Amino acid sequence: MRDLSLLVFLPTLGALGLLFIPRQQTSALFKAALGASVLTFLEALWILRRFDPAIGGMQFGERAAWIPAYGIDYSVGLDGISLFLVLLTALLSPIAILASWTVRDRIKEYLFFMLVLETGMLGAFVALDLFLFYVFWEVMLVPMYFLIGVWGGERRVYAALKFVLFTMAGSLLMLVAIIYLATRNYQVTQVLTFDLMRISHLHLPHEEQLWLFSAFALSFAIKVPLFPFHTWLPDAHVEAPTAGSVILAGVLLKMGTYGFLRFAIPLFPEAALLAAPVIIALAVIGIIYGALVAMMQDDLKKLVAYSSVSHLGFVMLGLFTFNLLGIEGALYQMLNHGLSTGALFLIVGMIYERRHTRMIADFGGLWKQLPVFSAIFLVVTFSSIGLPGLNGFVGEFLILAGAFHAVPGSAVLAATGVVLGAVYMLWMFRRVVFGPLSRPENQQLQDLSPREVVVIAPIVGLIVFMGIYPQPFLSRMKSSAELVVQRVESQTLAVPVIESEPQREEQAPQGGEQPPEPEEPTPDGK
Amino acid sequence: MENNLIPLLPAAEVLLTALTVLVMDLYLREEEKGILAWIGFLGLAIAGGMSLFLWGGREALFGEALRVENFSLFFMLLFLTAAAVTILLSVSYIEEAAIRAGEFYALILFSVFGMILMAAAEDLILFFLGFETMSIAVYILTGMWRERSEASEAAMKYFLVGAFAAGFLLYGIALIYGATGGSTNLGRVAAILSQPKDQWPLLLLAGVFLLFVGLAFKAAAAPFHFWVPDVYEGAPTPVAGFMSVAVKAAAFAAWARIFLHRLSPLQGDWTLPLKVLAILTMTVGNLLAISQSSVKRMLAYSSIAHAGYLLIALVVGGEMGGQALLFYLLSYTAMALGAFGVLGSLKEGAKDNEAYRDLAGLGFKRPFLGAAMALFMLSLAGFPPLGGFTGKFYLFRAAIVAGHLDLAIIGAINSLLSVVFYLKVIVAMYMEQGGAEGKPFSRAPYLYLAVAACLIGTIYLGIFPSAALDLSLKSFASLR
Repeated sequence: MRDLSLLVFLPTLGALGLLFIPRQQTSALFKAALGASVLTFLEALWILRRFDPAIGGMQFGERAAWIPAYGIDYSVGLDGISLFLVLLTALLSPIAILASWTVRDRIKEYLFFMLVLETGMLGAFVALDLFLFYVFWEVMLVPMYFLIGVWGGERRVYAALKFVLFTMAGSLLMLVAIIYLATRNYQVTQVLTFDLMRISHLHLPHEEQLWLFSAFALSFAIKVPLFPFHTWLPDAHVEAPTAGSVILAGVLLKMGTYGFLRFAIPLFPEAALLAAPVIIALAVIGIIYGALVAMMQDDLKKLVAYSSVSHLGFVMLGLFTFNLLGIEGALYQMLNHGLSTGALFLIVGMIYERRHTRMIADFGGLWKQLPVFSAIFLVVTFSSIGLPGLNGFVGEFLILAGAFHAVPGSAVLAATGVVLGAVYMLWMFRRVVFGPLSRPENQQLQDLSPREVVVIAPIVGLIVFMGIYPQPFLSRMKSSAELVVQRVESQTLAVPVIESEPQREEQAPQGGEQPPEPEEPTPDGK
Repeated sequence: MENNLIPLLPAAEVLLTALTVLVMDLYLREEEKGILAWIGFLGLAIAGGMSLFLWGGREALFGEALRVENFSLFFMLLFLTAAAVTILLSVSYIEEAAIRAGEFYALILFSVFGMILMAAAEDLILFFLGFETMSIAVYILTGMWRERSEASEAAMKYFLVGAFAAGFLLYGIALIYGATGGSTNLGRVAAILSQPKDQWPLLLLAGVFLLFVGLAFKAAAAPFHFWVPDVYEGAPTPVAGFMSVAVKAAAFAAWARIFLHRLSPLQGDWTLPLKVLAILTMTVGNLLAISQSSVKRMLAYSSIAHAGYLLIALVVGGEMGGQALLFYLLSYTAMALGAFGVLGSLKEGAKDNEAYRDLAGLGFKRPFLGAAMALFMLSLAGFPPLGGFTGKFYLFRAAIVAGHLDLAIIGAINSLLSVVFYLKVIVAMYMEQGGAEGKPFSRAPYLYLAVAACLIGTIYLGIFPSAALDLSLKSFASLR
C-alpha cells in the first residue's frame, strides 16, 4: 500500500483539479478544495487506525529511487512523533479552507495555494530522505508567501518577504549542511545516500557535529521561532489572512520543533547535548519575553502571535530536557498549541470579519451580544492558559516535570511563564468579553453562524478530549519518543544521565487560579 | 588522411539556413516575411536531428582542428534549442518593433554557427574564428532596433568591449603560438603541459592568462561585467535572453574544453584566482540586481550572478565540476530564456515595458504567463523542485565534495540575496493592485509555445533530473 504517498499527494491532485473548474463557479471550487482536504483527513484517520503503538520506528514506509546517481530516494515513513502532527495538519487544513468561506477575491488561486501548502506540510512531516525533506520544506514556503502576500493585510508584502527571507536564511545553510553531511557519510561509509536512518549511524567528531547542528538548529530555530529569531512572526501573523494564520501557527511553527526532534537531535546528539544549556536558556527567555510582550499588545492578533513565542518556548524546553517526560510533553504541547492557537486565530478572524478591527479596546461586553462565540472563546482561552481538564494543562505539566528533572531552575522560571500566560490571556478575555457593552457598533453584532460553529467545534471537542483523556495520544508517542531519548543517552559522555522514569508527584508548578489536580494528567502508564 | 565531413553537417545546415533566409528575404513581399521564422526554425530542427544522429560518435576533422564528440554535440543541441526558442519568442516582438525579419533570423543563425565552432574547436585559431563570427552577429542583433537610441548605444558599447576581449584572446593565442613553437593546437599545448612543471614556458602561461581574461569578458564575470546591463537593456528582449543563455553557454563551453580539459594540469594554479572571480561575480551580480527598477536590467545582473555560480563548477574542475556545469547550463537555459520571453510579451508597439510596475496585474490577467514567470523567478532563486534548485544543488555538492565548503556557503548566502529581487517580480505580478487595465500583454501563440517549452524544461529538470545528469556526465566525459 502506498498510504503515505496517497496522503501527501491527495491535496495536490485536488489543486490540479481546481485548475479545470472555471473561476466563476466559486462554490464548486470550494467544494472541490474542501473535498480534497477532507479526503486527506479521512486517509490520515485510516492511517491512525492501523498505526501500531508498540513500534517505535517507522511505519508505512515507502522507498523508491529518485535520483540514483546521487543516492537520493523518495523515502517516507511515519512514527509516533510525526503521526499526530500529520493528523493535526490534515485536520486544520479543511478547517482553514472552511474558514475561508468569506474570501471572495481570486478564490481559485487561494484554494490552489492552500492545497499545495498542505502537500508541502504533510510531505515534510513524513519525509525520511534529507533531500526530500528539504524539497518539501521549501515547497511549503512558496504558497505561504502567496497567501500572506496576496490575501494579507495592509503591510502584507513586507511581512511576506520578511517571512521568506528569515526562513530561507536558515534553510539555505541547512542545505549546505545536508550536502556536507551526505558527503561525509560517503567518505566514511562509501555509501552515497541522503537517507536519514542511514546517515544517523554516522559518528562525526565533536567540532564538526557542532557546526552541522548549528546550521540545522538555526534553520529550525527561525521556524519555531526561538527567541531571538522570532521577529518575523508577529508581522507574518498580523498580515496573514485568517486561514493563513491558522496554518502558520497550527502547523508551520511545529515544523521547526519537529525538525529538532527528527533531524537535529538524532543526527547530532552530542552537539545537541552541548548546545542544550544555550537552547534551554533561550527557550526560557522566550517563554517569559513572549508573555510579557503579549501582555502589552493592543491588537488581538499580535497578542496571540506573541503568545505563540511563549508557548513554543515551552515546547523547546521540553525537547531539550532529553527525558521521556519532557519530550512527550513537548509533542503533546505541539498539538495543543496547534489546536488552541489555531482556534484563537479563527476566533479573532470571526470577530474581525464582523467589526473590521482587532483592537482590544474596541470591544467589551460581547458576552451579552454573542453568547456562543464567547463560550467557545472561553474554552479556548482556558486551553491556552493550561487549565486542568483541558489539553494545555497536560502538555505544560509534562514539560515542567521533565524540565524539573533535567534543569530545575528552568522549570521554576518557565512556571512563571505559565502565570504570566494566565495574566495576559485572562486580562485580554476580560476586556473583550466582559464589562459593559458600551459601543454602539458592537450592539449590532451577529452571533456565530452554523458554518462558523462547524469550523471551530472539532477543535473545541479535541481540546476537551485531549484534556481529560490524553492516554491514547501519549501511548502512541511513547515508543518513538523513547527512541530519541535512548539515542541521546547513548551518546552521553560529559553530561550526566537523567533519570527519565516519570515521577508525577506534587511538584506541578501550575500557575493561574486553579490548583493542579494530581490525579488528572497521567503521563502514560509505565 | 581523408577528411570525413559528415560531422560538420549540423554546422553546415545552420549556415545554409542562414543563407537561405538572407536570399529569400530579397524575394519575399513584406507581408510574406513571416515565413522566414519558420525556415529558420526548420533549419535548426534539422540541424538538431543531425546532431542527434551523430550522437555517440567521435570524430576529429581538419587535422585535429575540430572535434565532434558528445561534448560538442551537447552544446550544439543546447545552442540550437536556445536559438529555436528565441526565434519563437521573437516572431511577434520584431513585428512590433519593426525590426527587419530577414536579417534578424539570419544573424541568429550565423551566431549559432559561430557558437558551434567555439564549442568544437580544438585549435585556437578556429576557436577565435567561431568566437568572432558569434560576436559580430550578436553586436548587430543588439543594435537592430534602430529607432531606439539605447540600442545603438548598446551595440556600440558591446562592440568596443567585445573588441577589447577579442584583443585579449588574440594576443593570448599569439603568445601560445610562440610558446609552443608554432602551433595553436590545444593538443600540442596539452602535450607541453604534461611535462614537469618547471619546464612550462612562461610565455605559455601568459598566453593562457590572456585567454582566461578574454573568456571572462564574454562570460560576463566580474570585474569584466560592466557592459552587461547596458547592452542587455538596449538589445531587443529576446536577443538579450539569447545572449544571456547561448553566448554565455558558448563561452563556458570553450572554457570547459580549453581549461577543464586541455589545460587541466594548470587547475591547481588557477583555483584561487578563479575562486575569487566566482565569489566576486555572484556577489556583485546579486547585490546590484537588488536595486534595479527595470526587470530587464535585473535579469542582466542576475545573469552575471549566474555566471558566478557557473564559475564554481570551473573551480571544482574534473568530471564532477564538468557535470555540474553542463547541468546548470541546461536548467539556466530553460529558466532564463523563459523569463526573458515573458518579459518580451509586455512589449507594446515601440515601447518596451520592462519596469517592475509594468508587470502589475500580469499574474491575474494572463494566468499562464504570470504563473510561468513566477516559476522562472522561483527557479532562478533556487526554490525546489525546479531546475534552478537542482542545478544549484549539484554545484554546491560538487564544491563541497571537492573541499570548497566556503564556496558553497557563499553561494547559499548569495541565493538568499537573490530571493529579494526575484520575489519583487512576483510581488509586482500578484500583489500590487491595478495596472493591468488597458495593457495588451501579447497573445502571440508562438510566444506561449516557447514559454511553455521553457516551463516544461524548468519543471522537468527539477523533478526528474536523472536523465539530464547522466547526459551531462557522458557529454563531459567524452572529452577524454
